[in-house]
Amino acid sequence: MKTNTHFAFLDEGSKKEIRRTMLKAVAIPGYQVPFASREMPIARGWGTGGLQITLSILGKQDVLKVIDQGADESVNAVSIKKLVQETTGVEVTDQTQEASVIQSRHRIPEVALTKEQILVLQVPEPEPLRNVEASEYVTKRLHSEDEYSGAWLMLFEQIMKYNKTATDADHPVYVNDRYVMAPSPIPRFDNPKMHQSESLILLGAGREKKIYAVPPYTDVKSLAFDDYPFTVESFEGEHCHLCGATDVFMDELIDSTGKSLYQCNDTSYCMARLNEKEKLEVESSYA
Amino acid sequence: MGYVAVKGGTMAIEASIKRLTYDRLKGEEIIEIQTILSTMRALVDQVMSESSLYSPFLAALAIKQAEGSMEEAVFLMRAHRSTLPRLYYSDTVQPESMLVERRISASFKDIPGGQLLGSTNDYTHRLLDFSLVNESPMQNKQWLQDYLKSLENNVETSDSVTYFPKIVDYLRKEGLFEEYEIDHTPPDDITKGSLQFPASRSARLQVLTRGQTGAVTALGYAALRGYGQVHPTVGEVRVGELPIYVEHPNEVEQDDEDQFYIGDFKMTEVESFIPITKKDENNEKELEFEIGYGVCYGQNETKAIAMSILDQCLEHPEWEFPTHDEEFVLLHIDAVESTGFISHLKLPHYVTFQSKLDSIRQIKKGAQKDEN
Repeated sequence: MKTNTHFAFLDEGSKKEIRRTMLKAVAIPGYQVPFASREMPIARGWGTGGLQITLSILGKQDVLKVIDQGADESVNAVSIKKLVQETTGVEVTDQTQEASVIQSRHRIPEVALTKEQILVLQVPEPEPLRNVEASEYVTKRLHSEDEYSGAWLMLFEQIMKYNKTATDADHPVYVNDRYVMAPSPIPRFDNPKMHQSESLILLGAGREKKIYAVPPYTDVKSLAFDDYPFTVESFEGEHCHLCGATDVFMDELIDSTGKSLYQCNDTSYCMARLNEKEKLEVESSYA
Repeated sequence: MGYVAVKGGTMAIEASIKRLTYDRLKGEEIIEIQTILSTMRALVDQVMSESSLYSPFLAALAIKQAEGSMEEAVFLMRAHRSTLPRLYYSDTVQPESMLVERRISASFKDIPGGQLLGSTNDYTHRLLDFSLVNESPMQNKQWLQDYLKSLENNVETSDSVTYFPKIVDYLRKEGLFEEYEIDHTPPDDITKGSLQFPASRSARLQVLTRGQTGAVTALGYAALRGYGQVHPTVGEVRVGELPIYVEHPNEVEQDDEDQFYIGDFKMTEVESFIPITKKDENNEKELEFEIGYGVCYGQNETKAIAMSILDQCLEHPEWEFPTHDEEFVLLHIDAVESTGFISHLKLPHYVTFQSKLDSIRQIKKGAQKDEN
């Protein structure tokens, strides 16, 4: 009793159904479309939503990149890449520019994406109103009535308490002036990259059984008040200790002396810059 | 250097997987699938029930691969299930036609058809049996022969199959239970569409029956113990084999005679009787019985009873009690979903944590300024 794994793991009927859900999600930007999420060979909450999207859209000629926490070599990224490669045989890459499909957890790459590329984001909690309303039945109704005072109130209460908005990653966004959406737990730093993005962004929540999308060239605004504007994480005065980059999202490391060091969170971006530098050095030394 | 996702993930993963294999093999013993099938009935049944996939062989394989971990075995089975195309729905099974192995009622001493204890741990003393340390196949064979011989002399075979009637049918005739029209609406399939709220009863029952045994039991217990409004009496517990039939997929004219028998499966079915207060036409309160229904693959009576309690809870939403809230119950009892999300906390969260750190630092900075 031994069976071969089907191309892209899922049976054709399931993949077709997931693609249909994606079409609906693209047609209604920011709206969470329920779908019959399949159980995957990786754990629920480890990116099964993103994985189902990736497996359903991959063709044999696609090139896949998987990021977890900004790194291509992070354990979960490696595990997902391995599974997709074993069941589809597609090529994988670390280079953002080379990939046609990029599945990511918690980050949008530093390099701007193009219209040839699709970004698939893994979402643990797709409901932006869950913090203010526990019931799915109620939040669904609030979305349909465009009733987002709960989300605004959450920001307002933070201002009352802390004198500023205190959201961290997953700061809610307004999509196409209609739906408030959880942008997956990307840092606030990445929120602006969704606005008028050239690439299609698909978001999948496997455990919560929702797929939603930001089609290319769509307005995405982070929720904020006029007098308390939206701010991103600040790395002011810091630079990557490896490649020297500023204006990127950085990891904070503690070195042996207890001092804070900063380093590009997007490892492939950092690597590309280092390679570029080396090339220049080599060229100049030959010259 | 700090704890950061660095290059080398691939090699570390491979080493970790090798280490896992080492741990499984290092005792230098092999458990055969057949051994699991014949000695770990209860575990196989639970795994099949939580995976919604009835295949004792695959369940035993999953148990072997998972080294006996329930959550891992269920996970393997569910993932395998995702690769299988779902082609047909069976005809509705009729639990009255069950080949009963065990059937008891806690409501009536004298039930039509009689009580049939069957095989159960319920009446054993839970003392460790040290004779099992030196169990031998020869001894077991002898015991089996003696047992079968003793049956041969005392049991007569019957020419016809007798089915056990449902106890509730008798009570219905007495007017103690409400009579319902049989509902022929096709059930919602929760594996082909996502659960919507308010959920239909068919969807609720499906989620409950594939719920994690421990979770369903815990919530059923909570409902019984005070965080709920349900005090059931078990009307009937039955365990046995049920035949499954499918209709011919292309035949237009359907005849019961033309159905295909595709096998049978073992199941546990529970009907709990639950007194509820109802207001009659004169707006006076009166008592009536309702049924809580529980059913699951294999023999797992605790889960089926707990399910019957929760079924009744969810039929009667009460805002004070979480066990009566269908979103609370249905969204949290799934083995793969709950263990998956809990275990995702082991994944790195450097980015979100950095973001949180930034937020907290900004607030602290602001607060200090205000004080000055």
